[in-house]
Amino acid sequence: MGFFDTWFITPFSEIVTAPIFFFEVVLGGLTTGVMYSMVALGFVLIFKASGVFNFSQGIMVLFAALTLVGQMERGVPLWVALPVTMAVMVALAYGIERLVLRPLVNQDPLTLLMATIGLTFLLEGLGEFVWGSNVKRLDLGIPDDSFEFAGMLLNQFELFAAATAAVLVVLLAVLSQKTAIGRALRAVADDHQAATAVGIPLQTIWVTVWSVAGLVALVAGIMWGSKSGVQFSLSLIALKALPVLILGGITSIPGAIIGGLIIGVGEKIGEVYWGPAFGGAIENWFAYVLAMVVLFFRPHGLFGEEIIERV
Amino acid sequence: MLYRETGQFKTSYRRDQAIFPIVQDRWSVALVLVAAYGVVPALANEYWLQAVLIPFLVYALAAIGLNLLTGYTGQLSLGTGGFMAVGAYAAYKLTTTLPDLNIVIVFLFAGLMAAAVGLVFGLPSLRIKGLYLAVATLAAQFFLIWLFNRVAWFYNYNPSGTITAPPRTLLGIMVTGPEATAAVRYLMVLSFVVLFALIAKNLVRSEIGRTWMAIRDMDVAAEIIGIRPLTTKLSAFAISSFYCGVAGALMLFAYLGSVETLAFDITVSFEVLFMVIIGGLGSILGSIVGAAFITILPIFLTNAPHLVGLEMPVDLAKEMEAIIFGGFIIAFLILEPRGLARLWQISKEKLRRWPFPY
Repeated sequence: MGFFDTWFITPFSEIVTAPIFFFEVVLGGLTTGVMYSMVALGFVLIFKASGVFNFSQGIMVLFAALTLVGQMERGVPLWVALPVTMAVMVALAYGIERLVLRPLVNQDPLTLLMATIGLTFLLEGLGEFVWGSNVKRLDLGIPDDSFEFAGMLLNQFELFAAATAAVLVVLLAVLSQKTAIGRALRAVADDHQAATAVGIPLQTIWVTVWSVAGLVALVAGIMWGSKSGVQFSLSLIALKALPVLILGGITSIPGAIIGGLIIGVGEKIGEVYWGPAFGGAIENWFAYVLAMVVLFFRPHGLFGEEIIERV
Repeated sequence: MLYRETGQFKTSYRRDQAIFPIVQDRWSVALVLVAAYGVVPALANEYWLQAVLIPFLVYALAAIGLNLLTGYTGQLSLGTGGFMAVGAYAAYKLTTTLPDLNIVIVFLFAGLMAAAVGLVFGLPSLRIKGLYLAVATLAAQFFLIWLFNRVAWFYNYNPSGTITAPPRTLLGIMVTGPEATAAVRYLMVLSFVVLFALIAKNLVRSEIGRTWMAIRDMDVAAEIIGIRPLTTKLSAFAISSFYCGVAGALMLFAYLGSVETLAFDITVSFEVLFMVIIGGLGSILGSIVGAAFITILPIFLTNAPHLVGLEMPVDLAKEMEAIIFGGFIIAFLILEPRGLARLWQISKEKLRRWPFPY
């Protein structure tokens, strides 16, 4: 009976008796989910355009944040440091395309995945080599006060993060739907060979998409960095972005956003209400199990492109 | 001229189906075995055995296991560390509960436990494929590590949360625990690796191995010609996890002596995957060579500055090591994406024609 209670009775009765707290938990989950989405977005962009499962996206987030905060620590004002960091990310994209992707074109996806894991080591060492490995505080003056709204405790910073993510998604949507380069990106994503045949330069597209992913990583880095300090553990959020990614579907941008929100909320609710039944600290694996359960019903994620196999 | 099949006639089916059909291969394998069993323990010092050879062999076993799954069956797995942890904890629980049980049986039991867990986490592979599956296997990694951290029963309610290999004897010789010499532990691990490599080699050229490869090459087509995906994929998961489980148990009993779950975290999974890829997918020899490469490279990178008389602060050295390691992996994948096993094949071709260029 105790087992039944802790699993099926207590959590629901807690939800019903304190609905305001429940909404706070959901909101907290949503804002964390938004942050996951921002990391997952970078993965999706690169995977769609170049078929590379870019494991180094997490370290790119750290690298971008480190570059920004490292300059600011040395007294460079924000309005100089930010464009410099963006330039560094674009240069990085160019370098990766030139030195890693181009020689590995047409290789097995697994080889490409491994190459990005190698890249992870490289960038991690490089970032710490240049900027030092101590924890850095990133303070861009984003307000971080809590206020009450309709009986719920809200945090300004989290709202700001959600707003930034929304702006980012709108920008990406405009970029991909309304501009010439966006059309080219979508063409490459649909079919590499056909795109090359109509005269879209593949290499330029790859540099562009890795640059865009680098800039998305910068935004994610700023958000995570302001929240929890710029440190090595930042690169581990990439591991959190993976279940988000497969839940939403590796090829879908809306999937990354909605997947992030589902994982964020699911994780928080699971931890708060069902955590005690497991003995706590379940958020490490809960997201993966959640994603796995969804995959049982939809093997390509919620919004992923269905791969039709023919013999 | 040094290495060729010409003139070696096979007069019976037995000869034709031998693992090493060529006399040069048989001789070189025999030489390597003699060197590994006789020469190495006599020459190598404690440091070499403990820091280089034992971890290399343990990882080689895990890499063979992962190669059966990823290289031969085409199921990408990132849960290796978790399965190794199952092996280590199962062996620890069994040998502390039944201290008199033969240690070899303990290791095999550890493998069986890991195989059972691998079966469960292999179930998604029937529905999920490719990168989606890789991420799904991460669930195994994180869940298992969490479980071993959280449930005190697994580490016998030990307040520090670590598990320590108790001293056990085999044929009257101390093989585990602090009193066992490095040479003895080396020989024990070596025997396991040789035995299981042989079994793996035979598995992949028997019926089960052929069904694995059929599933890898195209599972829909394999299904149509009558191969059952259920048994094939699950058997690959189970056998692969068995290897990883034994490797995990050996990691605890022969290499580290005392571990926390940290020893089996996600980096271990990646390391073993690196070994498989660098060594060559779908090659038993490749797994072993890849394991050697990935274990020795960091040690070399750590010691190289000292060798040339360059003194670096520790953290700088660590960063440089990461940069060089990452760069090396990328360079290697670009130069030879099919791994060290492929290099070996190319050099065999060259030896065949030597001293002529073609």
